[in-house]
Amino acid sequence: MAVFADMSDANMAVGVTEVSKEIFDLHMLIFWVCVWIGVVVFGIMFWSLWKYRKSKGAIAADFDDNFWLEIGWTVAATLILVVIAIPSTTVMVKAYDDAEGEINIMVTGSQWKWHYKYLEDGISFYSNLSTPQEQIDNKMPKGEFYLKEVDQPLVIPINKRIRFLITGNDVIHSWWVPDFAVKQDAIPGFINTAWTNVPTPGIYRGNCTELCGIKHAFMPVVVRAVEQDEYDAFVAERILLAENEKMLTSKDWTAEELFERGESFYQTNCVACHQVNGQGIPPVFPALEGSQIVLNDAPRQIEILMEGVQGAAMASYADYSEVDIAAVITYTRQAWTNGENGDGVIVTPQDIVAYKNKIEL
Amino acid sequence: MSTVVETHDHGHHGPAKGLTRWLFTTNHKDIGTLYLWFSFLMLFIGGSMAMVIRAELFQPGLQIVQPEFFNQMTTNHGLIMVFGVIMPAFVGLANWMLPMQIGAPDMALPRLNNLSFWLLPMAFGILISTLFMPEGGPNFGWTFYAPLSTTYAPSTVNFFIFSVHIMGISSILGSINIITTIFNMRAPGMTLMKMPLFVWSWLITAYLLIAVMPVLAGVVTMMLMDINFGTSFFNAAGGGDPVLFQHVFWFFGHPEVYIMILPAFGIVSHIIETFSRKPIFGYSSMVYAMASIAVLSFVVWAHHMFTVGMPLAGELFFMYSTMLIAIPTGVKVFNWIATMFRGSITFETPMLFAIAFVALFTIGGFSGLMLAIVPADFQYHDTYFVVAHFHYVLVPGALFGIISGVYYWLPKWTGNMYDEILGKTHFWLTFFSVNLTFFPMHFVGLAGMPRRYPDYALQFADFNMLISVGAFIFGLTQLLFLFIVIKSIRGGKKARAEVWEGAENLGLEWTIDSPAPYHTFTVQPQVK
Repeated sequence: MAVFADMSDANMAVGVTEVSKEIFDLHMLIFWVCVWIGVVVFGIMFWSLWKYRKSKGAIAADFDDNFWLEIGWTVAATLILVVIAIPSTTVMVKAYDDAEGEINIMVTGSQWKWHYKYLEDGISFYSNLSTPQEQIDNKMPKGEFYLKEVDQPLVIPINKRIRFLITGNDVIHSWWVPDFAVKQDAIPGFINTAWTNVPTPGIYRGNCTELCGIKHAFMPVVVRAVEQDEYDAFVAERILLAENEKMLTSKDWTAEELFERGESFYQTNCVACHQVNGQGIPPVFPALEGSQIVLNDAPRQIEILMEGVQGAAMASYADYSEVDIAAVITYTRQAWTNGENGDGVIVTPQDIVAYKNKIEL
Repeated sequence: MSTVVETHDHGHHGPAKGLTRWLFTTNHKDIGTLYLWFSFLMLFIGGSMAMVIRAELFQPGLQIVQPEFFNQMTTNHGLIMVFGVIMPAFVGLANWMLPMQIGAPDMALPRLNNLSFWLLPMAFGILISTLFMPEGGPNFGWTFYAPLSTTYAPSTVNFFIFSVHIMGISSILGSINIITTIFNMRAPGMTLMKMPLFVWSWLITAYLLIAVMPVLAGVVTMMLMDINFGTSFFNAAGGGDPVLFQHVFWFFGHPEVYIMILPAFGIVSHIIETFSRKPIFGYSSMVYAMASIAVLSFVVWAHHMFTVGMPLAGELFFMYSTMLIAIPTGVKVFNWIATMFRGSITFETPMLFAIAFVALFTIGGFSGLMLAIVPADFQYHDTYFVVAHFHYVLVPGALFGIISGVYYWLPKWTGNMYDEILGKTHFWLTFFSVNLTFFPMHFVGLAGMPRRYPDYALQFADFNMLISVGAFIFGLTQLLFLFIVIKSIRGGKKARAEVWEGAENLGLEWTIDSPAPYHTFTVQPQVK
């Protein structure tokens, strides 16, 4: 079995957790059972084909039934299945344990990124593919972690029971980290659970495994497991960052500052559909350049960003900071030829706050 | 089986001339031919889509098509292969062979038969036309999970729904016809337990179709309501349940899987007994095995959904029930091998395909058993391991069953032997390329490549290139099959009535002249 464990490009990941290792052993057990059944069954078949070939003068016997033989192989097959079913059930019961974790993380899939929310610490962030579009389009050489890298990985401490609460925002996604043997569908309206306890620090990479639209292959999962003190530092840093973000909202932004911030936000979150040049991919993804809403209807544009568009691929971005939303709106209203052709209204973080207050009333 | 047969055929009513022969025909042989050609055409259309998919996946990065079109290709490839190739090909074989195997002059409901066929080109015309519409065709996978296929679907989904309804009607009408024919038109003396296994396999399949096609119609109707009439069957925001879609879909979908393999079991059984020159071993256990597979197929559906978050008891139930299917399937394999054992075996093309069927379908069965093991399935689910599994049961399984059946009965249909050397060339090229294509998929799947990905991480590059090369060879090789079939229609060594040595004792169809006259068994044969 050790030989196969090394074939990481051709066999299941052994993984790092207790459950993933048990699942790997189970997989190899069934694999070898199948191999040996195959050797016996195909052995008899090919031997018969060779031995009883007509060209060698074989004359056909005329038996066509044997009751006890039929009973015999039915019973044998059943026994083999029972032998497999027992360890499978044990591992299953262990893997499927939804007891509370020491750390509980809400994982939300949306088109086409993951959102992580640490329920105890109150921090949250999105995790986007960070492979540049140029690599995907073969305009530059592909990096080592092509399509398996994100801007902000999920960070978890080692040796802690982590429970994931997994759900979806739009369509069904599925959150998979092979090294933890965790794969759970992220379904709108449902919260599924999964758990892990990672003993070794490291970076673990996985994928979305339920077809979720055009960028299905472009929303990987990356988890960084770290020592407890590093984790504490990470949490403290995220909390600080969130506070800074809040302060930024009340700051007076210039159009240039918003444009600059909006451009980088646009590159990360919007180009997949609306494209770098703002042309979109009509009719599914509308162009932003020359759009009447982007040119002359700032209130509607705010509404779209905050609420999404019902029945279309456009999701709500309300979970992002007011600064980011204001910045990206301002950017799209200035970028390409929109600055010259539109009303040039600049949307500030305060406008987004005002919108939120209005909705709450 | 020994038979007394009246082989006279008066031939008062030959086929009509020109196009109307095919449009208005009620003759089971003509309709069988239509089904088979339709399925052949669809094989090349669905196959071209597979070629687009493999060309894109030849290397990492996006080269040939964008993800949006890629998703349309995977979706339509699946839909066309399932509903447009495998199912119509089996119905075509049933049309040709069932009446001849049970000694009936035609199908029981010949006009209905015409309708069942002509609905199909309409259905697929509608489906394929969506690819040329501005929003593109269905892009949500052949399993069309809501809400990707409802709230988030292109508006052409309505054409897709309509087309699925028409396909469903066609299948239900065809099944009613087959059941009626089998129950009412068997030759005197042919009791149920004397029926050829292909007839048995189709009787069971037809019941499965009648049971589950309305469920498929139901689920697409619920989609239609959600999309156009404001209901929320599958929309969580309206209090609906996206998982309900999957339960209903797979309640149709799993029996559907057996609909696509049972007739192949029947065909392969005939071929193995013919070329082993020895009657099929364990006939009655073969019948019971098919019946148990059919019954079990209704209680295993949720093994397609092990990661949706079912309760533990549900996961275990569906694991155990799925493992049970291995028993009757295993029994069938053992019986085929026991038929070969102490036979007098020759290796004509149909036999080669049938042997490959037994071996490679069993490999698909092994991976199926592995997939049944829930905890392991967490790692396999929605990866290329699953793609490898279902292609092993559907290509060297169902499709090899069909191809072997075509070679086996082609001389009966055309009156000419096919070219054996070309047939064997076709076999070996197909056998080699099918394994080159689908075997490495096990590896990339286990290593972690998810299915329905237009682009992938670099670690999967080598295997994907190999898979694509295999797929291109496989695709090209099927043009040779087309050539062989046409060549046999146009001429060749004349076939005798029994075609294969000793086959006259194996079934009524081998007592009829080759080619089979336009009307057969106008006088009922007697089966002793």
